[in-house]
Amino acid sequence: MKRAFPILSVLTAILLIYGLYQALVVAPTERTMGDVQRIFYYHVPSAWTAFCLFFVNLIASVVYLARKNLKADALAVASAEVGVVFCTIVLVTGPIWARPVWGIWWTWDVRLTTTLVLWLIYVSYLVLRRFSDSAQTPVLAAVLAIFGALDVPLVYFSIWFFRTQHPQPVMGKGGSLDPRMLHAFLVNLLAFSCFGAMVCWARYRLERLRRDVEEAEALESLLGPEGLSSQTSKGRAPLNRGPQ
Amino acid sequence: MSALRFLYAAYIATWAIHSVYLVSVVRRFRRLHQQMKELGKPGK
Repeated sequence: MKRAFPILSVLTAILLIYGLYQALVVAPTERTMGDVQRIFYYHVPSAWTAFCLFFVNLIASVVYLARKNLKADALAVASAEVGVVFCTIVLVTGPIWARPVWGIWWTWDVRLTTTLVLWLIYVSYLVLRRFSDSAQTPVLAAVLAIFGALDVPLVYFSIWFFRTQHPQPVMGKGGSLDPRMLHAFLVNLLAFSCFGAMVCWARYRLERLRRDVEEAEALESLLGPEGLSSQTSKGRAPLNRGPQ
Repeated sequence: MSALRFLYAAYIATWAIHSVYLVSVVRRFRRLHQQMKELGKPGK
């Protein structure tokens, strides 16, 4: 798996460049909004990727609560952090699109507000993980993640159930999209999904490494440097691999 | 022209955010590998 990482990274980079070309060059200019509509090719795939990562976070949190699986806990941290990055992009590109189209940067519309709340929930999740040293932190964070995930369907369906200023979906519900626009959108959707998965994978490896370092430091403080090297040379399994 | 400015701003902001985050991940990796080396354990 470790060897596949650089190959998949290069393929993802190629896909992202192709997606950028599709969005800026190939996709036709929208009639009413003009070129600013092209923000859609980054805004929607970023939102989709954030939702997928928050879903991964939900599953990992449930697995952690059920089995106390430390790999699942590491995956929960990784997916939440990368999800927040993508959600930040959604909250930045949305107002940049809204300013020329609506004439305002922000409005307290249901879709926008629920997205901001979603972002705040996951930021508080990360703050909890970062600054709490309690042994109960992973459990509390997993519970918070489950509550946070409840906001995801609320964000998604808000434009279906409430009167909102946010554009309605152009696919499904009777909407239609030029085939070149659809192609550009799908390429970027795939590219951003792959990119999100790759970054989450890297962040997961980082989290595992961080836990190994913490464990090695704890062992060193208990046994001293010589004790630690003898433990390492005996090839003992690190403590934080835990009950997996 | 104005619309293009907003379009470029959105695309640049997207990649700026991703770049800052990726750089932070790489720096954390390097720091942890260094710590691992100092502790005498092979990093992953």
